[in-house]
Amino acid sequence: MTLLTTAPADLAPALVPPPATRTLTLGKAVNTALRDAMAADPKVLVMGEDVGRLGGVFRITDGLYEEFGPERVMDTPLAESGIVGTAIGLALRGYRPVVEIQFDGFVFPGYDQIVTQLAKMHARSLGKVRVPVVIRIPYGGGIGAVEHHSESPEALFAHVAGLKVVSPSDAQDAYWMLRQAIEGDDPVIYFEPKRRYYEQGDLDTTRPTRPLHGARVLRQGTDATLLGYGPTVKTCLAAARVAEEEDGRSLEVIDLRSVSPLDFASVAASVRRTRRLVVVHEAPVFFGAGAEIAARVTEHCFHHLEAPVLRVGGYHAPYPPSRLEEDYLPGLDRVLHAVDHVMSF
Amino acid sequence: MESADREKSPGSTREAAAPVQLLTPDGRRVEHPEYSIDVSPEELRGLYRDMVLARRVDAEGVTLQRQGELALWPSLLGQEAAQVGSARAVLDGDHVFPSYRDHGVALCRGVDPLALLAMFRGVSNGGWDPEDHGFHLYTLVIGSQTLHATGYAMGMAKDGAHGAAVVYFGDGATSQGDVSEAFNFAAVYDAPVVFFCQNNQWAISEPTEKQSRVPLYRRADGFGLPGVRVDGNDVLACLAVTRAAMQRARCGQGPTLVEAFTYRMGAHTTSDDPTRYRDSAEVAHWAAKDPIARLRTHLLDTAHADQAFLDEVDHTADQAGQRLRALVRSMPAPDPHAIFDHVYADGHSLVDEERAQFARYEASFAETGGN
Ligand SMILES: Cc1ncc(C[n+]2csc(CCOP(=O)(O)OP(=O)(O)O)c2C)c(N)n1
Ligand SMILES: [Mg+2]
Repeated sequence: MTLLTTAPADLAPALVPPPATRTLTLGKAVNTALRDAMAADPKVLVMGEDVGRLGGVFRITDGLYEEFGPERVMDTPLAESGIVGTAIGLALRGYRPVVEIQFDGFVFPGYDQIVTQLAKMHARSLGKVRVPVVIRIPYGGGIGAVEHHSESPEALFAHVAGLKVVSPSDAQDAYWMLRQAIEGDDPVIYFEPKRRYYEQGDLDTTRPTRPLHGARVLRQGTDATLLGYGPTVKTCLAAARVAEEEDGRSLEVIDLRSVSPLDFASVAASVRRTRRLVVVHEAPVFFGAGAEIAARVTEHCFHHLEAPVLRVGGYHAPYPPSRLEEDYLPGLDRVLHAVDHVMSF
Repeated sequence: MESADREKSPGSTREAAAPVQLLTPDGRRVEHPEYSIDVSPEELRGLYRDMVLARRVDAEGVTLQRQGELALWPSLLGQEAAQVGSARAVLDGDHVFPSYRDHGVALCRGVDPLALLAMFRGVSNGGWDPEDHGFHLYTLVIGSQTLHATGYAMGMAKDGAHGAAVVYFGDGATSQGDVSEAFNFAAVYDAPVVFFCQNNQWAISEPTEKQSRVPLYRRADGFGLPGVRVDGNDVLACLAVTRAAMQRARCGQGPTLVEAFTYRMGAHTTSDDPTRYRDSAEVAHWAAKDPIARLRTHLLDTAHADQAFLDEVDHTADQAGQRLRALVRSMPAPDPHAIFDHVYADGHSLVDEERAQFARYEASFAETGGN
């Protein structure tokens, strides 16, 4: 199956259906994408712990079991290695499994299957085998949860060749990026910003032109670029507004959307305009996605930079007990602090 | 709720031995050919006290969560006998590896329940010293601790220590590869470890039928260790069976799998809504097997206790609950700088750097009065 990237805009205007826009939460957008993908392709399966009758602990698979039955919505035994490993087998057999991992911290029993098998099978078979498994992981903090329920392990997957790693920040992307991930033939780790599940957004059901891995400029600015993905996009937008109101600063905001592959061209174009970059993610900055972006910006945009690329993110410490998470997470104040710093050069 | 796919499964017809039982649901003492137990009236009253206290502390956890004082609470309601019975078979020198619902075991081992509540309040990720009471940290990643217990037991054997390890986990956990690996390592090394599986019939929304096609205690067969199913709502049977298994382990006769057949009366945690996946008739069926009610009936019928004793136990438990409530509410917020504490045993330059950076950042607010 090929990724549909043909722009509806290329079609004659008369053929473009009127945009069917509706408002829903990010979580409901994921749910709708799953339902539509299952309706569109009988090979799409949903599997994971409690995804059936319960509809998942976040209700993201709500109603799918009733609609598609236990053959296609599979409550699995409690074993992440088993879930990912059998999803690989199902994919080899022509299915398109969409796996739900209940929380970020619980993907690791399945990490071996993901890294040593899922990521490498296409290459090892010299392209003969395709393993279109999508692994959905609710990730990130800010919900006051207990240990292992608030982590951001995206760099641990982006580091592995063969895996694609994406994270939507709003309902529109949540829907379309999941549809595209399921339609693509590569394994995709699809990170869902769980603390944004309940945020409302508009969903335009006409297929977008933006490819799965393209970044998106959400706000244009001239003084510096703020780059986030998943849960930190909203923080970046808020910071840009405050910086404008309080300090008259004009900040550009980019939603990266895809950690692997990176849409570096969009990032570089923005940095060449604003000459300053702050990367914001919840994951620890040490060896995080921001480190890769900063290195690339230095390599490719060195002469355009007025300041070093700054990173705002988690510390090199285990995710703290939830009463401390606001001190650990890159909140508005820390982002603004970094903006002050990057502007001071 | 008998769902279509549940009816299809052979769960209801598969072969299982009757669980070991020494106290019937209506409080009668019965004998078992393999497991006898001699308990004094005082011990019986002690078990009763432990279970009532466990239930009371647990109820406090649920209440405090409802009041917004805790982030989450996994209730042990219904599993008091499994936890207290097995925990009272643990001796000094033994070592317990709990899961996350084992508050009754923690209490029996002398762990301050405030430490458990602090964890679910989001104040710590554990924090107690496992050596203080032979009680390891709670483990939230399903099944992992079975391997740690096995390794610990292997170490005990190497040291020639007389103790044994006991590890707690759920029915859902038995599906994890780690748990099968633990069974196998324990068997291969004859490790002095007891695998205490609380089969409370549910792993969040999934019934045990979705985890296994054989009764869980029979898993042991394939690994070459004995497996036994015990009535998990019978505190005497849980005590007797665990005591025997621990004794076997301590004497160098290797590991045992104990499956305590019980029921999770409450929600999975305070975040869960069990009405979405299970039927109230099932809950009512198990309510009739309540572990505390059956020991109470037995104590009264045998005149080993009177109403005054029961009242005093309730009163004491209630006081403990109220004390906890006050302590939780007044628990100080943790110091943000603690984020950087104990990340490494031997230190790490990056942590030091970030700690200093964080301190400067915090101080900048003090100077400017925040921004
Ligand atoms: C590795 C892992 N996967 C998923 C989870 C999420 N989770 C928490 S409790 C639970 C069910 C556990 O069921 P069981 O082992 O029967 O223990 P119980 O909760 O019934 O005591 C699940 C799936 C987890 N904690 N760890
Ligand atoms: Mg269970």
